[in-house]
Amino acid sequence: MSILTPRGWSPVTRHALLGLALGGLLALPLAAQAERIFVSNEKDNTISVIDGATLEVVETISVGRRPRSMAFSSDGSELFVAVGDDEAIDMIDLETLQVVRSQASGDDPEVIRVDPNRPYIYVSNEDDNIVSVLDYEARTLVTEIPVGVEPEGLGISPDGRWLVSTTETSNMAHIIDTETMEAVHHRLVGARPRHVEFTHDGREAWVSAEIAGTVSILDMEETFDVKHTIRFDVPGVPRETVQAVGVALTSDGRYAFVALGPSNRVAVVDQQTYEVLDYILVGQRVWHLALNGDESRLYTTNGVSGDVTMIEVDGLRAVRSIPVGRFPWGVIVEP
Amino acid sequence: MTVLSRSLRWLTAGGVAIGLAWPAIVPADSLATITLGYLGMERPDDREPLSVLDPVLDDEGLQGARLGINDNNATAQFLDQEFVLHEAEVPQGGEVGEALQSLIDQGADWIVSGLPAEALLEVMAHPALGDRVVFNAGAPDDVLRGESCHPNLYHTTPSRRMLADALAQFLGYKQWDRWALVYGNTDEDRILAETLRAAAERYGHRIVGDKMWPHDPLARRAEGGFHAIQREIPVFVQDLPEHDVLVIADETDYFGEYFPYQTWAPRPVVGTQGLVATPWHRAHESWGAVQLQRRFEKLADRWMTPRDFAAWLAVRSLGEAAARTGSVDRDAVIDYMLGEEFELAGYLGLPVSYRTWNHQLRQPILVTGPRMVASVSPQEGYLHPRTPLDALGADEGESQCRF
Repeated sequence: MSILTPRGWSPVTRHALLGLALGGLLALPLAAQAERIFVSNEKDNTISVIDGATLEVVETISVGRRPRSMAFSSDGSELFVAVGDDEAIDMIDLETLQVVRSQASGDDPEVIRVDPNRPYIYVSNEDDNIVSVLDYEARTLVTEIPVGVEPEGLGISPDGRWLVSTTETSNMAHIIDTETMEAVHHRLVGARPRHVEFTHDGREAWVSAEIAGTVSILDMEETFDVKHTIRFDVPGVPRETVQAVGVALTSDGRYAFVALGPSNRVAVVDQQTYEVLDYILVGQRVWHLALNGDESRLYTTNGVSGDVTMIEVDGLRAVRSIPVGRFPWGVIVEP
Repeated sequence: MTVLSRSLRWLTAGGVAIGLAWPAIVPADSLATITLGYLGMERPDDREPLSVLDPVLDDEGLQGARLGINDNNATAQFLDQEFVLHEAEVPQGGEVGEALQSLIDQGADWIVSGLPAEALLEVMAHPALGDRVVFNAGAPDDVLRGESCHPNLYHTTPSRRMLADALAQFLGYKQWDRWALVYGNTDEDRILAETLRAAAERYGHRIVGDKMWPHDPLARRAEGGFHAIQREIPVFVQDLPEHDVLVIADETDYFGEYFPYQTWAPRPVVGTQGLVATPWHRAHESWGAVQLQRRFEKLADRWMTPRDFAAWLAVRSLGEAAARTGSVDRDAVIDYMLGEEFELAGYLGLPVSYRTWNHQLRQPILVTGPRMVASVSPQEGYLHPRTPLDALGADEGESQCRF
């Protein structure tokens, strides 16, 4: 798509300007929102903090090397950041916005998830073919769960019963029983599976695959099989650049949003029918997504253009792009 | 005899590695097995890198195949499948057929070849081969994908033409379109020079002048070092017409490394030395490549080379097809490999797949300096009705391959 764009004007900038112009005319968007958005900048070793009311970066937190996945502690007092090159999880106090402690995580932590019931952090260790389970209160390693080659995506069911780990080279979703901490089912999904997101009722796990450019829907009630595969076809965009990465699901079961990587689009999918409803143009190489507290906004990280796009869920419009650090990877909104 | 003893040694090493990495979790009798053979050739004594910084390797390609087996088995263990590798090396002056036969005797149903073109053609014509599929992970010759193509021959290593096109696209992006060409006196280099001319024509470059470097490969490293080089090179290239880049064609690495910083005009050196087009490089770490680099280094105690990468791709192609079809049946696996659905993650940003018309793996190509990747081709803006990847190498319409 950017082939068609005159040099010096990234699609997102044009889009954002258009959005601003419309916004100014109609005086619609940007109602005050007292929420903070955290963005991990993979190449800057920082976390950008965006104020939801002004949509500006208000704070930049220094963390360890190569920050990627983030998660909140269950009590909401701390933000955990996987800092891959330091082989640790940095823990940020949400009052002071300082890293207050750091816990060893094993080799190259990329994606983390927090257990809703126990003080556990699940970590995918890409180099070791394991998922590590850390206790962040006792500050111990609880166990290590062997999975396929290059574990990447992790998703945990809302009740904490199931953990799904994807392995990028095995192209599998490994379904882990969190009672026994063992992988009990293994299912092939699309090539290079990246991310897992459970529906809010816990009945499905959505697994995106970067190279295949698909999302596989796993039945988490009975069979644990892939019951549907969503494909994306963005008009006028080379098929190979359509790569599925981040997934966000609204709690009302209406929309699913899928970040489509270097096609610079976010797909809007009907969560019930799996039909692709729309593609929203955002920044370059859109990677991860997060909905805000009342699900009125969707934030995207755009790795190559180094910004965050704010999309209004009502109307499905990209409204603003916010410059952050270099190679923004993950995004999470304070609940 | 030499073949057998070598093969046994390799087999033992490979077997131990596999055993350690993947303890069987399913009883062996219920496993569906794919047995591969890696067929390599001993390095000629005079083939050594010009720079003393590059290690002299005797297990290139083979280690890539071993890693592919490990990666396949990591998935196969969950699917009641199993991959087994046997290994054979043709000694210098030895019989290719003998080595092939030893692999087949051990049960190899699929062959991964690290052989040069001539020996590979011998394999394809050998009666013992039967209908076994051979993956070419070593020979860049376009003729193997053209007039000499074979329905049972697949190519995971890019052709010379693909590499030349990848470089030409990048130079097009830079608008460095006046090339001066210096090529070696080997057969490979004469072919490469022809290929570079074709790529220049396809992508609108002009070769303003060319010269052959008259060099005796046996005299390598005995040149007298930079004292002589510093005087010799500028004089040699001085009479070339005004150009943007100096393109070197030196596949066997016997003189090209001398050229950077020694040119008459201040011009970058590209081609087989300097800025090169290559399917794999240690400096490449994007798209998760760092994971593959680390896995390889853990296994082989050295960096992964393009030949290792091609062998890894061959083994992984089988692994992917067997996993997806749930079958180790020859025809089922081949059908899947050639089908629309086949997409292998090659750590190059785009999925790689086989061209149906000549069985060449279409793949992005790195354009890289010695220490840092400069770009990856296909370059933006070079369009193709099927996929931009098919703008690299012989396209369907121009291919001379008729199965």
